[in-house]
Amino acid sequence: MKKPNDLLIRSVTKVAVVIIFTFAINLFISGHHYPGGGFIGGLTFASALILLFLTFDMESVRKNIPVDFKVLAAVGVLIAVLTGVGGMILDYPFLTQAFGYFNIPVFGKTELATAVIFDIGVALAVIGTAVTIIMSIGDDR
Amino acid sequence: MSWLHIAILFPFLFAVFVPLLYKSFTPRIHTGWFVVSVPLFIFIYLLTFIPKISKGHTLYAVVEWLPSYDINFTAYVDGLSLLFGLLIAGIGTLVVIYSIYYLSKYREALNNFYVYLLLFMGAMLGVVFSDNIYVLYVFWEITSVSSFLLISYWYTRERSRYGAQKSMLITVFGGLSMLAGFIMLSMITDTNSIREMFEMVDIIQLHELFIPAMVLILLGAFTKSAQFPFSIWLPDAMEAPTPISAYLHSATMVKAGIYLVARLTPIFGGTYEWFWLVSGIGIITLLYGSLNAVKQADLKALLAYSTISQLGLIMSLLGLGSAALYYGNSTAETSLYAAAIFAGIFHLINHSTFKGCLFMVVGIIDHETGTRDIRRLGGLMHIMPVSFTLTLIGSFSMAGLPPFNGFLSKEMFFTAAANAASMNIFSMEKIGLAIPIIAWIASVFTFVYCMILVFKTFKGKNKLEKLDKHVHEGSIGLLVSPLILGALVIIFFFLPNTVAEYLLQPAFTAVLPTLADAIKVKHISAWHGFNLELFMTLGVVILGSILYVHLKKWHRIYRLYPQAMTLNNLYNFGLEYTQSISRKITDYYMTGSIRHYLVYIFAFIILVVGGSLWLFDGFKINTSTDSPISIYDIGIVTAVFFSAAAVLFARNRMTAITAVGALGFLVSFFFVLFRAPDLALTQLVVETVTTALFLLCFYHLPALKKEVSRLPFKMTNAVISIGIGALVTVIALSASGNRMFASISIFYENSYKLAGAKNIVNAILVDFRGIDTMLEILVLSIAGLGVYTLIKLKLVGRGKDEEAE
Repeated sequence: MKKPNDLLIRSVTKVAVVIIFTFAINLFISGHHYPGGGFIGGLTFASALILLFLTFDMESVRKNIPVDFKVLAAVGVLIAVLTGVGGMILDYPFLTQAFGYFNIPVFGKTELATAVIFDIGVALAVIGTAVTIIMSIGDDR
Repeated sequence: MSWLHIAILFPFLFAVFVPLLYKSFTPRIHTGWFVVSVPLFIFIYLLTFIPKISKGHTLYAVVEWLPSYDINFTAYVDGLSLLFGLLIAGIGTLVVIYSIYYLSKYREALNNFYVYLLLFMGAMLGVVFSDNIYVLYVFWEITSVSSFLLISYWYTRERSRYGAQKSMLITVFGGLSMLAGFIMLSMITDTNSIREMFEMVDIIQLHELFIPAMVLILLGAFTKSAQFPFSIWLPDAMEAPTPISAYLHSATMVKAGIYLVARLTPIFGGTYEWFWLVSGIGIITLLYGSLNAVKQADLKALLAYSTISQLGLIMSLLGLGSAALYYGNSTAETSLYAAAIFAGIFHLINHSTFKGCLFMVVGIIDHETGTRDIRRLGGLMHIMPVSFTLTLIGSFSMAGLPPFNGFLSKEMFFTAAANAASMNIFSMEKIGLAIPIIAWIASVFTFVYCMILVFKTFKGKNKLEKLDKHVHEGSIGLLVSPLILGALVIIFFFLPNTVAEYLLQPAFTAVLPTLADAIKVKHISAWHGFNLELFMTLGVVILGSILYVHLKKWHRIYRLYPQAMTLNNLYNFGLEYTQSISRKITDYYMTGSIRHYLVYIFAFIILVVGGSLWLFDGFKINTSTDSPISIYDIGIVTAVFFSAAAVLFARNRMTAITAVGALGFLVSFFFVLFRAPDLALTQLVVETVTTALFLLCFYHLPALKKEVSRLPFKMTNAVISIGIGALVTVIALSASGNRMFASISIFYENSYKLAGAKNIVNAILVDFRGIDTMLEILVLSIAGLGVYTLIKLKLVGRGKDEEAE
């Protein structure tokens, strides 16, 4: 790709990306009770990364975020599968999820659910796959 | 999980560690020394069953696998499976020891070799011990796959690859038809257990699917056991290393078909069709194999054809013996004809011993002289005396001469064939006489090729100066395994009744469980007076010797047979034409244009979905429960319509992409209107990302060309696109009109209590339907990796083309 010299979009992106990242994380966390969740959160996160790719050239983004997204996707799938296996070890059927309410300092009474771990796996798989595809296609000259 | 299951799975488990052992101990210790412990352990373990099984007990153990589908890992030990298990483990041990000296630890990829070998061993044990037909089928196919891998072990050789492909195509074809047969059996009987099927013989034999099921299953057995005309794969399989030929292609795998026929005899036996298919094909194979073996110049090819012929012999005995089931439990005929099955089992063991021995010796000759061509060998008797003795024992046993075990079973074969001629059922009174005559002719030729094997190789003038190597006797390590087998050949001759009591009788009873009372085996003795069988043997020896001495005079007859008419040619011809024709057909519709593919896909959908909608009268519209249409809905629909039309009339790609993007965003507005924030959010983000993706692809695409095409093609496109649009609309409208059952959404509304989540959508995704999500992200990741591989690892030639643009 040509290197665009576009000051306006660069400046906006720098701010917008932070906002999108925050929003993505918020979407992910609120997913248990409010609209959101691993899939949307992951996809939003990926869209922020894509915005970075579009604005800056691929090389400099890759230098600053030295993550192999293929591995990320695989790790996501692995986490999701392993949470399922966790239930099996305790003699429940595969992928049984559990939740409970705990008193944690600072947060007070908080709900903790294994489904969230599963959701992390989903989010990572989505981010990894989306970015892998975009990067492979964008890189192909 | 019982010890029996562990014994079956042990080879598979051990195979995992073979590469590790190979890596850390090569070249200090040959990997085979570790591997040999596996069959040895299993052999000793199986030996402990003999006392129980020979008393008529059986053993049954289940590990539940898919109980809801009645697919369970059942291990069942009776006389027949134990006999096969002992053969597999016993010969396996000897073969592994032999291979340690045969395959160099410096040059060969031993890790591959032993992994494949163990894979095969486990699968074969699985085949003989499984009672569940589907589990049996899976193991059956693993033996085909591991045989394929072993034949192509020296995969750089063109002949190895050819042989491997041939065996794979033929045996897997048989395996698949066998699966179809099994499915039919399971449909008839409503059970997947072979033992339970034995109880329902009457139902099965009267069912209309009886004949199709039998033919399909027999196809599986015949292809595996190299019966005529599927035998052509076996000679080409000889490209495998000799230990493999000795193990898979003579002693065990090719006997899987025999096992299957023996195992299913109680179900199919006693019928006209089974009798003639099994014994007819068997006897033809016997003759075909022995006739062809005589003309071979390669020692291994000779042994391959002789194996085919011997397998045909055993098969025909099983077929002849099945007549006993027709007579039932009480008559004198029962025990008379059932003796054929006993002879078959006995010959099966004998064949494994003498043929295993012969293969190993031929391997030694190949190893020491560098050739297996009879025309280049000769006069080796003084140089390789031990090999000579072993070949003599093996060949004479195969030819049916005393004092070797082959004599006993050959005599029994003649008895069975002569008895069969006197049957008065199954049209035997008309053509029954043909069976002993064919059997006798085939035995004469068997005698001839056995003599060729011994005397052409070891007697006569030696041609050592023409060989590349300095020839000497094989090392003691190579000789120990054939020595053991050779010793067994003689031991079995002198102690046949011990063998019969502990191995043959239980196996015999297992093949004919319903006739257990009628079939007590008589005392086996080598001498039973001057009777028909003895004269048949004498005739074989006399005529065989005459033919052998005058071999040169009549050998030319073989050349008269046209080369183009051989089965091999037919196979090659078929393969070539299948490939070129299928390529032509594929090229016809795989044009490379996505438009065409979409036309096929959508046309098919219209045909199938629209057709069933029409057939089952699914078109019902019920608007009574629909919510009223608001002004916003109308507005968005209008916008959707215009953006869709814009795609149609777009002059360049940029416009098209933008219009498609707009369409997606408009759809997400609908989700907002219908209060589905999760969907709306997802749709919005997905649209954003895909639009970005489109823009990236946009760099690589040529400018949008209006496809200049004939009018009819455009018309087809128009019809199909309007059709699919109309169809989807109709389906959406009828969906609310066809309420087949009450909504299940009430269950999910409890998500807070059940999953601790207030967001139903997310609770469904991660908890209620978690396995769907898990598989979805798996598919997603695979798709991502697919895109990555396609782009990064594109073919070199393709890459150059694109650079040129």
